[in-house]
Amino acid sequence: MRPVRFNIHPKEAEIADAIGMGKAPDGVPGDGFFATQLSSVVGLARKNSLWPLPFATSCCGIEFMATMASHYDLSRFGSERVGFSPRQCDLLMVMGTIAKKMAPVLRQVYIQMAEPRWVIAVGACASSGGIFDTYSVLQGIDQVIPVDVYVPGCPPRPEAIIDGFMKIQDLVGQESIRRRNSEQYKALLNSYGIQ
Amino acid sequence: MSLSNEMVQEQLIAKFGDQVSQFATSYGMLSFESPKEINLKVLQFLYDEPSLAFTFLTDICAVNYPNQTGAELVVVYHLHNLKENIRLRYSVSTSLENTDVYTATKLFESANWMERETYDFFGINFVGHPNLKRILNVDEMDYFPLRKEFPLEDQTRIDKDDEMFGRG
Repeated sequence: MRPVRFNIHPKEAEIADAIGMGKAPDGVPGDGFFATQLSSVVGLARKNSLWPLPFATSCCGIEFMATMASHYDLSRFGSERVGFSPRQCDLLMVMGTIAKKMAPVLRQVYIQMAEPRWVIAVGACASSGGIFDTYSVLQGIDQVIPVDVYVPGCPPRPEAIIDGFMKIQDLVGQESIRRRNSEQYKALLNSYGIQ
Repeated sequence: MSLSNEMVQEQLIAKFGDQVSQFATSYGMLSFESPKEINLKVLQFLYDEPSLAFTFLTDICAVNYPNQTGAELVVVYHLHNLKENIRLRYSVSTSLENTDVYTATKLFESANWMERETYDFFGINFVGHPNLKRILNVDEMDYFPLRKEFPLEDQTRIDKDDEMFGRG
């Protein structure tokens, strides 16, 4: 008898259980048509094809590499296309300590991204400066650019990064297509000195 | 005959007399001091004298002793004789009011960035340096962060709870 008994007759997984389909938004279905809001359709399309731009400066970046790779597989969420050009990407993922000297670079990358754009601050350093309570480190990237989701941890596990990513997906899916033209949004960007 | 710390010390005293002082050996490494006005003469002598030949500048750094009135800042030169594999430590001190120290860039090209770093963190004004500006910190910084008068924590922050960081 082996000390650990394995189940040698595992249940066959139903392929249908392993495939997640985007849920249709609320609307009026009918024969050959489906009436709903434009916002929800656009949101559905956007949230399931986010192109992340990794801005990885330290150990949180290593965790993100694990998140991207086959085990945690960020592409399950529709973002296998990790872009390294800010012009093409929707989601700026800031992972790691941002020194004060790096802050203008980060801000420039954010400005180069086209609207609509979202920002996720991964880890304690990007969110608040973390343990680097010192003269050279920016105390949170929200001092230079607006942030949508903060992921705590030092560094956060891939599960936490995925959780933060799904929070971003919720935001993206629910966002009104008029939000980026609103007065509040312009005021938010103006408060950061970004036009 | 190989060079020893005692021989270096004897040659320095023969050349500079009582202007060089505070000779000490710690962990086999000679260290001494001189007034800051003759720092280039000492470095040049250590470089040019064939029997000394300290031709490699390993490091320049500074130390801040806030309690040494009139000599709060100390600039330390680490020199290396590559042939004999002997190192030494040479320091000059200066006050906070007048931080002028002559630059070693004419003697060692490598002193350029090291002196910029020392200026960046301690505010030593290296007289004659070709490009004395900040090298590591942001250009807008208006203080010298490694001086003891500036605590390591960022005093401008408002986002963290002081009690959680032992500053309550």
